[in-house]
Amino acid sequence: MPTPAPNMMPPTREFEAECIRRILAGEKNLFHDLIRPCERPVYLLLFSLLRNKAAAEDAAQETVIKVYRNLRNFRGEAQFRTWVLSIARNEGLGWLRKAGSRREDSLDAEIDDSTGDYTPAILTSWREVPYEALERKELGALLRQAIEKLPEIYRNVVLLRDIEEMDVRETAAALGITEGAVKVRLHRARALLQKDLAPKLGGFAPERKGLFGWAR
Amino acid sequence: MRIDCKHVWEHISAYIDGEVDTALRAEIDRHLETCEICSAVLDSTRNVVVLVADKRVFELPAGFSERLHARLDVELERAGHS
Repeated sequence: MPTPAPNMMPPTREFEAECIRRILAGEKNLFHDLIRPCERPVYLLLFSLLRNKAAAEDAAQETVIKVYRNLRNFRGEAQFRTWVLSIARNEGLGWLRKAGSRREDSLDAEIDDSTGDYTPAILTSWREVPYEALERKELGALLRQAIEKLPEIYRNVVLLRDIEEMDVRETAAALGITEGAVKVRLHRARALLQKDLAPKLGGFAPERKGLFGWAR
Repeated sequence: MRIDCKHVWEHISAYIDGEVDTALRAEIDRHLETCEICSAVLDSTRNVVVLVADKRVFELPAGFSERLHARLDVELERAGHS
């Protein structure tokens, strides 16, 4: 896992606690600063659940308003972002329930469907990350499509663990599942992504003989 | 006892995250030294993890933050008068 740059680190608990104390004491505008680091994970989690940009944005706004209205109830036991994400998750589930588009149990199921094929794509060698290729829109699109194709319970975990780089504990708390379930789902999600992406990403490798060669 | 490829694949995610115990890590490392296929599976999985972590893959919609904070301003204003 790459270490996030210092400016990407979540704010400290002390900063959050002080911010919340001052907001509740009347400095309401500080809420803008408090919520800013949560915007991206909130949107991504809701996009993962709702799979629609406009709905995810509306639900994100509703989430943030609910966070503000319920700020007094935040006890500081969890990280603030974790609490916010659990509110986002409930908001997303509420939207889905209203839309009647899903089974109630699919997100919360602790016993995952293990019948999928998690065998990796076999390549003889792939040692370089085609970072430069990220500038090319096609690679970004390939990665997005692969993630969007994942079953929902795996997609949520990938978004929080690998994209937002949250730890296992925080991911489990935000999604309301056990840490064991986070690890199992992440493993399967990565296996599915590797299987889907590794053969396609060959075209984006730096041009050098031997990279991305298929096993004989 | 030597572990086989399938066993290695089962632990790849935990291995990448540094969550396998010392004994298993040593077993996997020994297997990787001689197994080109598992080395490639590990490298490609690790690279997929690194690539999806790039913030350019999923971006917020243009104007998302501005609209959110404008909505919030309305709420903060409203709450102030209640």
